[in-house]
Amino acid sequence: MNFFESIVSIIQKHGTAFLEATTITISITAVSLVIATVIGLVFAFFKVSNIWILVKLADLYIFIVRGLPLIVLIMFLYYGISSVIVLSDFIAGAVALGIHSGAYLAEIFRGAIQSVDRGQNEAARSLGMTAPLTMSTIILPQAFKRAIPALGNQFIIGLKDSSLVAYIAVTELFSHALTASAENYMPFETYLVVGFYYLALVLIFTLLLNYVENRLDTGGVGKKLKK
Amino acid sequence: MIKVSNLKKSFGDLEVLKDINVEINQKEVVVVIGPSGSGKSTFLRCLNKLEETTSGTILLDNINLTDKKININKVRQNIGMIFQQFNLFPHKTVLENIIIAPMKIRKKSRQEAEGMAYNLLEKLGLVEKAEAYPDSLSGGQKQRIAIARALAMEPKVMLFDEPTSALDPEMVGEVLNVMKELAKDGMTMVVVTHEMGFAREVGDRVIFMDEGYIIEEASPTQLFSKPQHERTKTFLSKIL
Repeated sequence: MNFFESIVSIIQKHGTAFLEATTITISITAVSLVIATVIGLVFAFFKVSNIWILVKLADLYIFIVRGLPLIVLIMFLYYGISSVIVLSDFIAGAVALGIHSGAYLAEIFRGAIQSVDRGQNEAARSLGMTAPLTMSTIILPQAFKRAIPALGNQFIIGLKDSSLVAYIAVTELFSHALTASAENYMPFETYLVVGFYYLALVLIFTLLLNYVENRLDTGGVGKKLKK
Repeated sequence: MIKVSNLKKSFGDLEVLKDINVEINQKEVVVVIGPSGSGKSTFLRCLNKLEETTSGTILLDNINLTDKKININKVRQNIGMIFQQFNLFPHKTVLENIIIAPMKIRKKSRQEAEGMAYNLLEKLGLVEKAEAYPDSLSGGQKQRIAIARALAMEPKVMLFDEPTSALDPEMVGEVLNVMKELAKDGMTMVVVTHEMGFAREVGDRVIFMDEGYIIEEASPTQLFSKPQHERTKTFLSKIL
């Protein structure tokens, strides 16, 4: 069997299973990113709050998560949490990935919030808006738009990192690759095929992101040209 | 209407306002002039608590703004503030900029808020810009929209922090004209500016500040033609 025949046979034999596994990869990534966004926003607010205890709490969280290899975090949470409450593998994996990405998102959101001109806050507050109202209607929309390129980057990293939950028995794309290559003794060809699945996913995601970025480009060049 | 007593403000070791005592009456237009670093902008920003005061009191209609227990958001609803850099919300259209505070804070219906916004835009001759984003406006237009945004909250007093300093010279006039109209309508105004023509023409009173003190206050005619203090004379000789 030559190289191309091997590739074809892998696709014939595992193609559908890979595709199904891809949906698990997508859903665990999506769930983890929702968790990460919530965590990221909360800790970003902590960091810009100027309240000592909250700032330190955020620093501690970011220090721990950034300092640990993701696989250690996944194992720790999987065995740690499952000794207290029983979580499905999927949920445990999504939570671990979410906690991990959350630390990076917190820094991205913090930077974006602080990059919004101070005058925006002053203008809103001087109209009588409360701090939370100012944050939600004036600061965050502008910060979010600026954060999109960095967010996209982090989301793509999150997508790829989801491969690590294969080690806690979540049957996503990479775990299927592990199983398949163990069966067919063709690891190189198998991972090559799986690699293309990941590339395709990232490509679709990137296009989606560009679309969102253009849509949100209010008041910028894009919008003006349309008018 | 506003009574400032023994107001002091420090940034760390730097004392910017040393002892400010001043009263501003209803419908009065008070113009604050002085060299840069004299504390005039800081003084203005203390009046709506954008700066925390270090000591002293500020009474607005007998509400003590330096009292920690007051709801400052409520107080600010009655104080319009205009900034040098306009500070329009770039992600919102001109119309949205004007209606957001009346809708979210005064709880006006969209219809009512928009009606009011269009009235203001009409007065300013900017109705056709209602759906535009701030980035597409000139500096003079931005500042006039900023004034409309503040007026939409129906404030009792308007504070202007060098409203024309960031404008191209040919746009200064359009903003000053709006401010003149406002003064004519009886708005209480405190204006920090370098526009001496405006001070002379519109101001009821001119305050000269230097190094954190009010050096001199008088009617524009008095202050510009017969300044009493040496420092006022030096400053005026440099700029007039």
